[in-house]
Amino acid sequence: MTTTVFIPRDTTALSMGADDVVQALKFQSKAITDDITIVRNGSRGLFYLEPLVEVMTPKGRVAYGPVQVEDVESLLAQGLLDGNSDHPLYLGFTEEIPFLAKQQRLTFIRAGIIDPTNIDEYIDHSGFSGLTNAFAMLDQDNDNGRQAIVDEIKTSGLRGRGGAAFPAGIKWQTVLDAKAKAPEQQKYIVCNADEGDSGTFSDRLLMEADPFCLIEGMIIAGLAVGASQGYIYLRSEYPQAKNILEQAITIAYQQHYLGKDIQQSGQTFDLEVRIGAGAYICGEETSLLESLEGKRGLVRAKPPLPAIEGLFGQPTIVNNVISLASVPIIMEKGAQYYQDFGVGRSRGTLPFQLAGNIKQGGLVELAFGTSLADLVNDFGAGSYSGKPIKAIQVGGPLGAYLPEHQWPTELDYEAFAKMEAVLGHGGIVVFDDSVDMTAQARFAMEFCVAESCGKCTPCRIGSVRGVEVIDKMTKTHQERSEKSTEQLAELNTLLVDLCDTMTDGSLCAMGGMTPIPVRSILNHFSDDFVATTDKFNVKETN
Amino acid sequence: MTIDEIKKKTQQIVANKKSLPGALLPILHDIQHEFGHIPEQALSIIGQSLNQTEAEIFGVISFYAHFRMQQTGRHVIEICRGEACQSMGSKSLEQAAQSQLDIKYNQISKDNNFTLEPVYCLGNCACAPSVKVAETVYGRMDSEKFARLTDKLSTYKINVGEIV
Repeated sequence: MTTTVFIPRDTTALSMGADDVVQALKFQSKAITDDITIVRNGSRGLFYLEPLVEVMTPKGRVAYGPVQVEDVESLLAQGLLDGNSDHPLYLGFTEEIPFLAKQQRLTFIRAGIIDPTNIDEYIDHSGFSGLTNAFAMLDQDNDNGRQAIVDEIKTSGLRGRGGAAFPAGIKWQTVLDAKAKAPEQQKYIVCNADEGDSGTFSDRLLMEADPFCLIEGMIIAGLAVGASQGYIYLRSEYPQAKNILEQAITIAYQQHYLGKDIQQSGQTFDLEVRIGAGAYICGEETSLLESLEGKRGLVRAKPPLPAIEGLFGQPTIVNNVISLASVPIIMEKGAQYYQDFGVGRSRGTLPFQLAGNIKQGGLVELAFGTSLADLVNDFGAGSYSGKPIKAIQVGGPLGAYLPEHQWPTELDYEAFAKMEAVLGHGGIVVFDDSVDMTAQARFAMEFCVAESCGKCTPCRIGSVRGVEVIDKMTKTHQERSEKSTEQLAELNTLLVDLCDTMTDGSLCAMGGMTPIPVRSILNHFSDDFVATTDKFNVKETN
Repeated sequence: MTIDEIKKKTQQIVANKKSLPGALLPILHDIQHEFGHIPEQALSIIGQSLNQTEAEIFGVISFYAHFRMQQTGRHVIEICRGEACQSMGSKSLEQAAQSQLDIKYNQISKDNNFTLEPVYCLGNCACAPSVKVAETVYGRMDSEKFARLTDKLSTYKINVGEIV
């Protein structure tokens, strides 16, 4: 009987040596049997266990990890291929690993289970059921059908998962109602796959583990608003995602899920991957559109909204990867099913990403409403270094650093907004007590200097001045002159003032949100400005 | 490669892609993939065929961190500077890498083997710190692993002819 072994081919598994493990297993298993099939699945998101090797047994998939090349020999000797439990890397049934078992997987339901480019497996795992339901809605009459799909998305309560959390259904309605202009009369679906925030990797994982899910979501969006062309704008830092997406798109064309007359429905949808070129700002929707048009990624002033005048001046849906990938399950199980997850106005699930100095890093998909403390302690098992955790940055480089007393806050958009923080794309970066908070505040400004598109002054110049003021504050502290307390107070006011100007005067979220991490450090870690320089002074006097 | 060869190859790439809507980025990617950088001679060819000035093309190239007009070392090593990597000690990794290769960011090592570049997030944040060489990302990087990696990258297989 053939033994099936699963070893992921997502970026993280590969970065931890998955390819070498595959080679070693192929070579060394020959002594035992010729009859093994190695499936390169996507990752389940249990990154702390990568490379995770799974073996199919009659009772289910048994996992071992993290497996290195040197473990392969002993694993095989101790019955890896039979799912034997004698090895120290044995983890039991994959589905029962607590990190995975406690999750509520909707969008990532297939991640790590199937071979990402095997369309038959996708269909076996209820892939394209949402699309079939969408076709059924369109069958009676196109106009009412489109409205019915948009209504379904509205009812589900889905909000953009890219960070701004704008209701997806309302965006779709605007595009549906907008009239495309002659001569092209083309509407567009643009997938924002420029996931540039540090600490976030759910878009990448979805595209590498279940690309057909994104493709299906985009086709449904196309049907809903009458757009027959889609683009996935993917960042150049994700070459593996590009390879897998392009393979999946080719297969979808061959199997008539893309192109003309999809599955004999009379509907058309074309899809193409476009690669960005290393500009963080191109994750901002208007800047992304400029880039797709072949220009510098300068932010556009809104209005006009991209939903009305977007790509090439036509009505365009710009949605994030996870927003679009959430569409198939909503269309498959119904809006009410999705809506039943979550709290308040944050409905459904969010894939949280545990990253940085954390023992068990990875992807945790849960309904809104759980707390940061639970995520970091229960799922993450504390810091990687074993030292106490000092700060947690949520929502990427433009998100706040949260001190311990804020960790019990419910993870929902409104609760975070109330404490001047953002949930953003659900990225969670943990720092232990060795972190220098002054340096992190400076880095927030420095990052804005490097990545500002330059169109508006508060962002372009404000960030440069921000770095200067923080440097001056550090220097003043170190000098410790009699006047330093007074000077520091002045500089502090100056920095707060600068933050206000950037928040109120910037054209887009880049300049508008850069003050968020800086302010959070000033508010909650102000002692650190003193502490770091004190340490410095002690060293000098000694 | 001679200037004529560069021009010919560029013309081919431009001809293949220019009918795409918003063709400039795909064209620049293909050219950089072909030559390792965007040669100066390419600018006028692209400009003419897309009906844009050379200055406009240069403006686009210089806006994006990924595009470059200078040659690089044989391997481009990108070190991630994102917050997740910082929390796992990427700053000391950056220093170790720079002193080991004896270069700063965006410079070429003396043996022409390496160019070092900063990158803001490789999406491997759960196994930080990370570096990337060509299409491969390496996780949980430290200065010792980095030294082994560069050692491996600067070792070449030499095909010795069969003994007659």
